[in-house]
Parts: sequence; C-alpha cells; structure tokens
Amino acid sequence: MDKNMNILIVDDYKTMLRIIRNLLRQLDFQNVDEATDGAAALSMLRTGSYGLVISDWNMQPMTGLQLLQEVRADAKLKNMPFIMVTAESKTENVVAAKQAGVSNYIVKPFNAETLKEKIEKVLVHA
Amino acid sequence: MPEGVQGPTGVAELAERLAVLRDRHRDATTPEAVANIVETVLGTMHGDLSQTEATLLSEVEQIARTIAAAKQEIASLQVEDINGSFIPSATDELDAIVEATARATNEILDACETFDMISSEVSAEVSDKLQGATTRIYEACSFQDITGQRITKVVSTLKSIEERIGAIIDTFAARVPGEARLSPKSEPEGEAALLNGPQLPGNGVDQAEIDRLLASFD
Repeated sequence: MDKNMNILIVDDYKTMLRIIRNLLRQLDFQNVDEATDGAAALSMLRTGSYGLVISDWNMQPMTGLQLLQEVRADAKLKNMPFIMVTAESKTENVVAAKQAGVSNYIVKPFNAETLKEKIEKVLVHA
Repeated sequence: MPEGVQGPTGVAELAERLAVLRDRHRDATTPEAVANIVETVLGTMHGDLSQTEATLLSEVEQIARTIAAAKQEIASLQVEDINGSFIPSATDELDAIVEATARATNEILDACETFDMISSEVSAEVSDKLQGATTRIYEACSFQDITGQRITKVVSTLKSIEERIGAIIDTFAARVPGEARLSPKSEPEGEAALLNGPQLPGNGVDQAEIDRLLASFD
C-alpha cells in the first residue's frame, strides 16, 4: 500500500475533516486534501492526482452520492477507490451507494480500526 | 307521529344545512360554522326521536362540544407565544448547543494535535501510548458530527410544528377562511428520501450488517 498517495476527504463539517485527517495521519497517510462539498471535490479530483476518496454523503450543493456517480461516469476517474463515510445507516442507503459503485461504506460514528480495515481492503482491490 | 315531534325533520334540516354549507364553502368550511349550525338545529328540535336519530344527534352534539372545547383550549394555549417566542427560542438554544460543542470539540482536537507532535519527541513506548489515547479521543470527538445532525433534525421538526401551529391559529381566527388550512406535507422523493441523518438505535443497520450487505453484492 502506497502511504504517500494523495487522499481526498470530503465532508461539509470541518471538525469531521479534522478528525479523519488526524486518524489518517496516525495511519501514516500524510498527503491528505480536504473539500467541503461534492462539487469542490469533483473539481479537485479532475485537476489533481488522488489514489483514494473518503466522502460524507449528506452535503450541499452536491451530495456524496452525486459525487460518486460523477466519478464513476468520468473516464479518467471511474476506477477511483471511493469510501462513503456517513451517518446514513439504512439498508436502502447502503444498497443505493453500492449500486452507484461505492468501494466501501463506513457508518458514523466509526473507530480508527474500521477506517484502517476499509482503506486496506479497498486499496488491495484497486 | 304525535304533534310537535320534529325528529326526522330536524335531522333532515341538519343534513340539508350542512350540505348547503359544504357546497358553498367546499373545503373551506370552518369548525365554527359547523358548530353554529349544529347548535341552532339542536335548539329547535323537540319531540320523540328514534334510537338511530338520537344516537346520530348525540354524536353530532358531542362533535360540536369537542370543537368548542378545542377552541377554548387552543385559545388558552396562547399559541402566539409558542410561535413568536418559545419555538424560535428553542431553535436558538439548540443552535447554541451545536456551536458550543463544536468549539469544545475543536479545543480538544487542538490538545490532541499537540500530543501527536510531542509523541515524536518521546520514546517509542510512550509515543504508542500517547497515540493510542489520542486515537480514542478522535473517535469520541466524532460524536459532535452526529449530535449536530440530530439537532438539525429536531430544529427542522420544530419549524414544521411552528408552521402547523400558525395554520391552526389562522383557521380558528378565521382571518382567511379556507386558505390557512393545513396542507399535507409532501414526502421527499429520490435521493432526498434517503437523507434521514443518524438513526435511533434499532432503526438503522450497524457496520457488521453493512459489511454483510456489501459482501452479498460480490
């Protein structure tokens, strides 16, 4: 696993971005960028070089699900590993995310071990 | 039928006047109008009634009393205070809780980041212990996101109650008969129906269930 890869974390709640960034740093991922909504994230993904997206779902103006759909529809980004981290914990949410092509799904609140496990699982299959 | 018995006539008159009222106002008929008609008709009726008519009239009379009691109860609630002061005050308080806990959470994160920096200056054993502790604090701090979303849902519910109370006030005040009636709340569709925020225990699925669900797609 390349710990030097660029990771984009997306959440409209800045404290959550800070928490995820710190947890990633403790997992030795140092190159972490942040976006506060799906539209900003999509723009960064199209202009930057990222190996993983970790995104919240419920954001405006573009949701995490819409971001995922845009990523999967983009020829250059379609294989991007994409983990949804969200408080939405209904079965239909997980199914909708999976149908849109999510790589893995973490429900909030989560612990560092779960984050580590999902990242490793996703990157192994990338 | 003995002289003076007006049971069937009374029931027929009641039905007829309610029908006229319904035709005239369609869905805009006010509770006061119905209550007034019922009271007027009941006041003019006398004589023997059949069991069915007596039951019907008794129930209509009960409806009229219930409407009158509801009017009094709503009036005594001082609903203007609820909408003008209590609910806005409650939403402000909840917003303040979100802000205060966010500030506190960021203070905690500041302290943790200091510990993380210090951990590179101490022995590996101490560093591991420090990192283990800060990891647990980071995990615990994610509560702020969840509580914020829950409070946002409560504020949204309060605003919905505020709108409906406003509609009730308008209806009983009969300021704009018919136009202030409650409109059915439209159900969200598509992706909006999926955005429900954190679920109460037992309503959503846990991480283990999510993992099983995802695996079932493979």
